[in-house]
Amino acid sequence: MNLASPSSRVQLTDDGRLRHFLTTEHLPRPLLEEILDTAASFVEVGGRAIKKVPLLRGKTVVNLFFESSTRTRSTFELAAKRLSADVLNLDIAKSATSKGETLLDTLRNLEAMAADMFVVRHQDSGAPFFIANEVTPQVAVINAGDGRHAHPTQAMLDMYTIRHHKGGFEGLKVAIVGDILHSRVARSQVHALNILGAEEVRLIGPRTLLPVDAEALGASVFTDMAHGLRDVDVVIMLRLQKERMDSALLPSEAEFFRLYGLNNDKLRFAKEDAIVMHPGPINRGVEIASEVADGPRSVILQQVTFGIAVRMAVMSMAISGQDSSAQESVAGGAHG
Amino acid sequence: MAKKASKANLLIRKGRVIDPASGRDEVADLLVENGRLTRIGASLDAPGADIVDADGHWVLPGLVDACVHLSLPGSGRAGDIASETRAAAAAGITHLAAQPDCGPVDSTAVVRLIREQAGQAGFARIMPVAAMTQGLAGSQLAEMATLARAGCIAVGNAGARVADALVLKRCLEYAASFDLPVMFRPQDASLSAGGCAHEGPVATRLGLPGIPAVAESVDLSRDLLLVEATGVRAHFQQISSRESLPLLRAAKRRGLPVTADVSIQHLLLDEAALEGFNSHCHVIPPLRSAADREALLEAVADGTIDAICSQHTPIGSSSKAAPFPATRPGMAGVDTLLPLVLSLVADGRLTLLRALDAVTAAPARCLGIQAGQLETGRPASLCVLDAQAPRDLSEQWLSAGNNSPWRRATLTGSVKLTVCQGKVSWLSD
Repeated sequence: MNLASPSSRVQLTDDGRLRHFLTTEHLPRPLLEEILDTAASFVEVGGRAIKKVPLLRGKTVVNLFFESSTRTRSTFELAAKRLSADVLNLDIAKSATSKGETLLDTLRNLEAMAADMFVVRHQDSGAPFFIANEVTPQVAVINAGDGRHAHPTQAMLDMYTIRHHKGGFEGLKVAIVGDILHSRVARSQVHALNILGAEEVRLIGPRTLLPVDAEALGASVFTDMAHGLRDVDVVIMLRLQKERMDSALLPSEAEFFRLYGLNNDKLRFAKEDAIVMHPGPINRGVEIASEVADGPRSVILQQVTFGIAVRMAVMSMAISGQDSSAQESVAGGAHG
Repeated sequence: MAKKASKANLLIRKGRVIDPASGRDEVADLLVENGRLTRIGASLDAPGADIVDADGHWVLPGLVDACVHLSLPGSGRAGDIASETRAAAAAGITHLAAQPDCGPVDSTAVVRLIREQAGQAGFARIMPVAAMTQGLAGSQLAEMATLARAGCIAVGNAGARVADALVLKRCLEYAASFDLPVMFRPQDASLSAGGCAHEGPVATRLGLPGIPAVAESVDLSRDLLLVEATGVRAHFQQISSRESLPLLRAAKRRGLPVTADVSIQHLLLDEAALEGFNSHCHVIPPLRSAADREALLEAVADGTIDAICSQHTPIGSSSKAAPFPATRPGMAGVDTLLPLVLSLVADGRLTLLRALDAVTAAPARCLGIQAGQLETGRPASLCVLDAQAPRDLSEQWLSAGNNSPWRRATLTGSVKLTVCQGKVSWLSD
């Protein structure tokens, strides 16, 4: 009986290699560790005078962004170029679908251009699953953020940063603070931390910004910083979108900052050597004070550097997984 | 088996006749003469009648489906009235109450169109529910009395809940003036706004915007208070959450003229079916928790929920080929209603009589219509079922909507013959 969940089934080849990267949930620990180890070898590439390796030479990577994002798209573009791929950036938010073309039609067109990889960001949860499952299973799909569901490359670069500073995950207590409800980053982080063996993952925020049954993600839930941050090794702050005030989820930025904004006073609840992370872009004075963001325990800028290496790792692994499963099916066809 | 000669008399022999309304469950013959069910008894003789050998099969009243969504041009649904009523007939369904959201059904012209198309197709009796407000917009009363005279059996506002409590109260008072039953689909629009899945652990993990269970019970509470104040006959459709059940029980205990139904998919599936973003399981109200499903089954067993409906919503494949939240909600259901209800009997969740009651006499009672029972002297509506035969839905699927998680399943129970108001509407080969 196949006990693998639907999410890990679609992401892996029959022999357990990565072929799409859609979510961290249900992936085996050795695979996440392989991503981190592979990324480590690419960090060094960024320091060279010629920052290129030929792993994706001749491959075409299409950045499909249905939701605009300059930062994430740029890091994916840079990662693909450092792997020597040809890169096509499509800002779908402003083009095809606004002319009435369906997602399905758009993808079929791109498939006809013989793309090897889609890097997808979409406002709807599950969109990359839909693409990988039903549209173009033979094109490697990398999820660059879908709705509130997952942002697995961001989570893995955060894991890389944590491992870089803490050496590993055993015994670690990690707090994720702020707008958990709308955060795909938080969901992917919780799964990755649990799989990699962190001792405890805590989610901190007011009830309006915590999803119902948040414990089902595999985390403990706190509504105040004093309890939630006690003795943690890592504090991850999430960005608070300004529109949350309009939908009656919060009264004001000021009250949010007073209760949940990370300043040096609140950081004292955490361990002395705790690091502070943030997926960016930061809102100074909303979820994080400048004294912390620019302070000695902040590793926020390092996250960006590691982000390119982690994306190179995931892209090269997924392409090689796709290539091997394509070869298997050719070989299987010849024998069959 | 008989040929499709609708005028001929029909003698259905040696079937196990099960009629929940009368409690009858015995092997007997049935005679249909000039379209009417004239006799039920042992060893009937009818010279010249077409003989149907139902030995080993069940003979049931034609099924009454209290909630289907029609495919009219402009409704954006798959198929048409002919294709969907044919699928219903092949599944033993003879009467369908059609929701007013296909047009909207707020003018006699639309009612006439529906009745004309259904009449021409001749596969099943469609009973339109009229819109309660003009354009289902929730602000002005529709011509309910005129629509009833044109053939509507009840009024309602489908999924477009009447938000304004004063408008709703006046709708109910007006409907009560003509003893028109009112169909409610309780779901508070502000609490459900933007949602596409049950607010619970699965939606949390999948990052799908949630619809909390209280969206239903909050609205149901308001509706019940207004029903009590106006004395209107009320039918609550598509109950999905366990919080609604004590409210319905209390209303019934107080003697309010209140009935309720649940869709078959809410009795068989729960939020876990959404894993992998299965858009076939995107329905409104959403599939809720396993505990809700259990409570709904108990409520059907004890009669708190009177009827089980298909909530048939045939949708073209392009409307389901998209990321889950962007897909159109709804499931095609007439093909599977009877076999799925029977699966609940096989699993010991419902007695056979209660299960069949919930798709025959009970929905007829909810709708206030004469149907769903084997009554001599009335136009015959019945079906003959091979209750052991497998039905391979990958081969035998008649709805134009392929949007069902059972689209490729094999279920047990195959309808051999359906007679709708005296005419053979389905005959399997």
